[in-house]
Amino acid sequence: LPAAVLLKDTKLMDVKLGQLGSWLAMRDFTPGGILGAIRRGQERYYNKYINVRKGSLGGLSMVLAGYVILSYMWSYSHI
Amino acid sequence: VLHTTRPLHTTQQSLAPVPPLPEKGGEVRHGLIPEEFFQFLYPKTGVTGPYMLGTGLLLYLLSKEIYVVNHETAAAACILTVIVYAIKKFGPNVAAFADKLNEEKMASALAMKNDTIQTLQTAIEEEKKEQWRAEGRSYLFDAKRNNIAMLLEANYRERLLTVYNEVKKRLDYQVALQNLKRQKEQDHMIQWVEKNVVQSITPQQQKESIAKCILDLKALSKSAHAAV
Repeated sequence: LPAAVLLKDTKLMDVKLGQLGSWLAMRDFTPGGILGAIRRGQERYYNKYINVRKGSLGGLSMVLAGYVILSYMWSYSHI
Repeated sequence: VLHTTRPLHTTQQSLAPVPPLPEKGGEVRHGLIPEEFFQFLYPKTGVTGPYMLGTGLLLYLLSKEIYVVNHETAAAACILTVIVYAIKKFGPNVAAFADKLNEEKMASALAMKNDTIQTLQTAIEEEKKEQWRAEGRSYLFDAKRNNIAMLLEANYRERLLTVYNEVKKRLDYQVALQNLKRQKEQDHMIQWVEKNVVQSITPQQQKESIAKCILDLKALSKSAHAAV
């Protein structure tokens, strides 16, 4: 029964809604695991938008826009 | 700690050749939102779905004052206008320039690779030629053998000639020796005989023989006068 039993490496998109809690509990929350997750995310972003032959502006501008929004969220209480 | 389940080089060198970079990156619409978002909402809401979502979100943020409109908003609006205008105007030029730089780098690397391949090809051909040359060494050895045989033959003949000459000299010497001996014996005998004969002629016999010779000569001269 592949739908009922969660394996360690199922992707987030394949997890059903009810299994979300158990899937989240299964994840690796050690410092090494968190660092690995950050590294994987960065590699995915890089390989998709920056390590290409003809890169576009969107790769960089999305990072800057994310930075703008994040800093706005952090400094919201000061406004 | 070695994970025993990790496969160790089960295939050939997995790192080479490096797969080439993809041509274009992920599509980004309006420079800010990846195309996947639009594709994600397309089945349920069609083409205008994400734009409706964006408008609704913006109005919600403004009305609830989650996004506060203050002096920074005006500054941001001016700056963004200028940036967008600059990008729209100079974008293609910058892109072409960057592409040209990339092309030059690739061309030089490719030229180096081609040159190396060419050098190796010529090296291969040279090597084949050398192998072909090495096949002819049997002829070389035959020629050398012939040379050596000729030298040996010449040497042998020279020595033969020397032997012949030496033997002939010795034989000639023996012959000359015998001739000399006989001649000396002859001379000596003649001399001895002459000496003895001269000794045996006494003075009396000498006078008588001289008188006889004179008489003979007179007789002969008379007969000669008569003949003339």
